[in-house]
Amino acid sequence: MRHIISILIENEAGALSRVSGLFSARGYNIESLTVAPTQDPSLSRMTLVTSGSDEIIEQITKQLNKLIDVVKLIDLSESSHIERELMMVKVRAVNGAREEIKRLADIFRGKIIDVTPGTFVIEITGEKSKVDAFLSALAEDSIIEVVRTGASGISRGDRGLTL
Amino acid sequence: MELSGAEIVIQCLKDEGVEYIFGYPGGAVLHIYDALFRQEDVKHILVRHEQGATHAADGYARSTGKPGVVLVTSGPGATNAVTGIATAYMDSIPMVVLSGQVPLPVIGSDAFQECDTVGITRPCVKHNFLVKDVHKIAETIKKAFYIATTGRPGPVVVDIPKDITDPRVKIPYEYPRSVSLRSYHPSTKGHRWQIKKAVELLLSAKRPMVYSGGGVVLGNASDELTRLVDLLGFPITNTLMGLGAYPATGQHFVGMLGMHGTYEANMAMHDCDMLLAIGARFDDRVTGKIAEFCPYAKIVHIDVDPASISKTVRVDVPIVGEVASVLTDLCDMIQSGERRPDREALATWWDRISHWQKVDCLRFDRSGTVIKPQFVVEQLYEATHGDAFITSDVGQHQMWAAQFYKFDKPRRWINSGGLGTMGFGLPAAIGVKLAHPDSEVCCITGEASIQMCIQELATALQYRTPIKIVNLNNGYMGMVRQWQEFSYESRYSHSYLETIPDFVKLAEAYGHVGMRIEKAADVRPALEEALKLKDRTVFMDFLTDPTENVYPMIEAGKAHNDMRLSPGMIDARELA
Ligand SMILES: Cc1cc2nc3c(=O)[nH]c(=O)nc-3n(C[C@H](O)[C@H](O)[C@H](O)COP(=O)(O)OP(=O)(O)OC[C@H]3O[C@@H](n4cnc5c(N)ncnc54)[C@H](O)[C@@H]3O)c2cc1C
Ligand SMILES: Cc1ncc(C[n+]2csc(CCOP(=O)(O)OP(=O)(O)O)c2C)c(N)n1
Ligand SMILES: [Mg+2]
Repeated sequence: MRHIISILIENEAGALSRVSGLFSARGYNIESLTVAPTQDPSLSRMTLVTSGSDEIIEQITKQLNKLIDVVKLIDLSESSHIERELMMVKVRAVNGAREEIKRLADIFRGKIIDVTPGTFVIEITGEKSKVDAFLSALAEDSIIEVVRTGASGISRGDRGLTL
Repeated sequence: MELSGAEIVIQCLKDEGVEYIFGYPGGAVLHIYDALFRQEDVKHILVRHEQGATHAADGYARSTGKPGVVLVTSGPGATNAVTGIATAYMDSIPMVVLSGQVPLPVIGSDAFQECDTVGITRPCVKHNFLVKDVHKIAETIKKAFYIATTGRPGPVVVDIPKDITDPRVKIPYEYPRSVSLRSYHPSTKGHRWQIKKAVELLLSAKRPMVYSGGGVVLGNASDELTRLVDLLGFPITNTLMGLGAYPATGQHFVGMLGMHGTYEANMAMHDCDMLLAIGARFDDRVTGKIAEFCPYAKIVHIDVDPASISKTVRVDVPIVGEVASVLTDLCDMIQSGERRPDREALATWWDRISHWQKVDCLRFDRSGTVIKPQFVVEQLYEATHGDAFITSDVGQHQMWAAQFYKFDKPRRWINSGGLGTMGFGLPAAIGVKLAHPDSEVCCITGEASIQMCIQELATALQYRTPIKIVNLNNGYMGMVRQWQEFSYESRYSHSYLETIPDFVKLAEAYGHVGMRIEKAADVRPALEEALKLKDRTVFMDFLTDPTENVYPMIEAGKAHNDMRLSPGMIDARELA
């Protein structure tokens, strides 16, 4: 099953490689990983999407917790949470296709953030499924390049992953 | 006090109470070596290869419970140390390794003797640090010792760039009295509710079994373990790493378990209805075929590392905590309650176990003049009154040492179990002898293993650490040969060493005493003679039966009740 794990980790050189190294050394898979400092610059927050049986996910969370740099983590999938991913996609947009693409972007609440006579860059945020859906709605031969951040997540309600 | 970075490194070791540091100099650590030269509290042991430094520090740590300390230079110094760091990591041994690094401004430029030590060692350390500021040295070293020695112990590497040890830059020094890390809080006390559940399972068991491991040794919990086992009257088996935690001559001990464990221990594992696992990690050499591991048992597991629990085998009652504390709570709870173990069921269970014991699975042929390796270990056990520290290398000789030297005390059996590092035994023995100068220290080894760190014979002479080397010389990488005999139709591919040195001359060349023993009748006299040479290192080269195999054996992927016994042994299954 797919799991989304949020991690508070010391914002130190090498902390990220401890996490990614753990995954490769133990043969766990990573679907995506995002990381950036929090409002407290000594801490980074990481969102990691992985998949595996319950046993494997249990080992993953235990092994992550064992890393000295990991301060705290939660498996967001265990309760109700919000997930967002940001994608920027550069598409060929000429003649009649320009209107068509603009309409499509509107439907997905996307924004056109760069325009040239022949291209658009569109920004889309949402859950993975929405971002995937937008991509497949675009004509395949119109896509020039795609960049996605991978999911970041936060739990619903008043609980939070804090110190 | 104003000190340079190099002086701070040494002063930290003093403040940490470090007695010995095992190392080898080089460019990046010259400032530190200079600071070492100008003091006498921390004694430096100059090894002959950095691998030897790590194993010697490791032997020191295993035999004392104190962290082993290592100092190596950058690049090749650090890479040579990696095998020893990984060895310590796999067996959870507390160790602090200080490595030199190229100066900060040239890191990343492929500078002379640069390697990414933090990157290379990351997967085989508990934690590691690159210190980037002279003001951070003391704090980092304090953290390193704290992390290495608490919770589940392990090696910690501190990588120190040369420029921050510059003797011209002096800063005020103070060693932090304590340290706390917001991201690291090892558990100590077990959860009361879980302990209660465990007590219920223990007391309702009909066929209980205690399986304890290295965690009891690491956690100094032998007394607590012995108290529990004697209180309950349950049979107990130890892993290779747990030997000595419960006395091998104790009445409830049924021998080691696993691949080369005893028939009775493995059969009892298979048939038990309740398993109490204590500080053991369900290694594949222990479990055999996972799907058929303890098929009838409810399992309780005590371990300080939550990640050890339910890693390979799912357990019913996990208890996270220090063994000593949890076992004390368990005993107290049992003793303060009314209920006692089911004596009748236990008597029936022990009756079954004693049938298995009658198979006498460790029996070997004593008739010929050729030296049987088991006989040498047995004689060594008697000649040293079972009271020596025994280090070992890796192979058949290691298994025979484990089977035939009956360890009654913890920290007496020093071997590389998890990584299985050939070359461990000799340097480890030097570390043990330094820590216990008045005790007998013997290294049981094989002619292949001993050659992997043979250069440390020079270290043994330089520091006058008289050890007794018992070389079970079968002319083969015996353990490899045995697998080839069993699984590859005796195709002995590259497991025969055609050119074995004359170990007697070799020992003499290094300034030690060499002895060659070729007949069974000479074994005991030779041992006695060697043990009399109190202040000499003696290399005893026993020419042993090259065809002998280690039995019992659970071949890879087989279950506990599917053991291969020594040929010619009465069929065990008939008896049982
Ligand atoms: C050639 C060869 C053959 C081998 N054959 C066998 C064999 O037949 N049988 C066998 O048993 N092994 C054998 N081994 C060794 C095997 O590979 C493992 O090293 C060994 O089984 C692991 O022992 P352990 O489970 O006691 O764990 P250890 O590696 O000693 O781990 C200790 C466990 O205790 C925990 N712990 C540490 N400190 C504490 C504390 N204070 N409180 C609570 N928990 C703590 C740790 O978290 C860990 O889970 C063999 C090795 C070699 C090289
Ligand atoms: C560094 C290293 N290389 C290879 C091995 C694989 N190996 C395990 S046992 C063994 C043979 C050991 O031979 P010897 O030291 O003569 O011991 P014996 O089995 O004959 O008693 C080998 C090669 C190992 N454990 N360690
Ligand atoms: Mg051999």
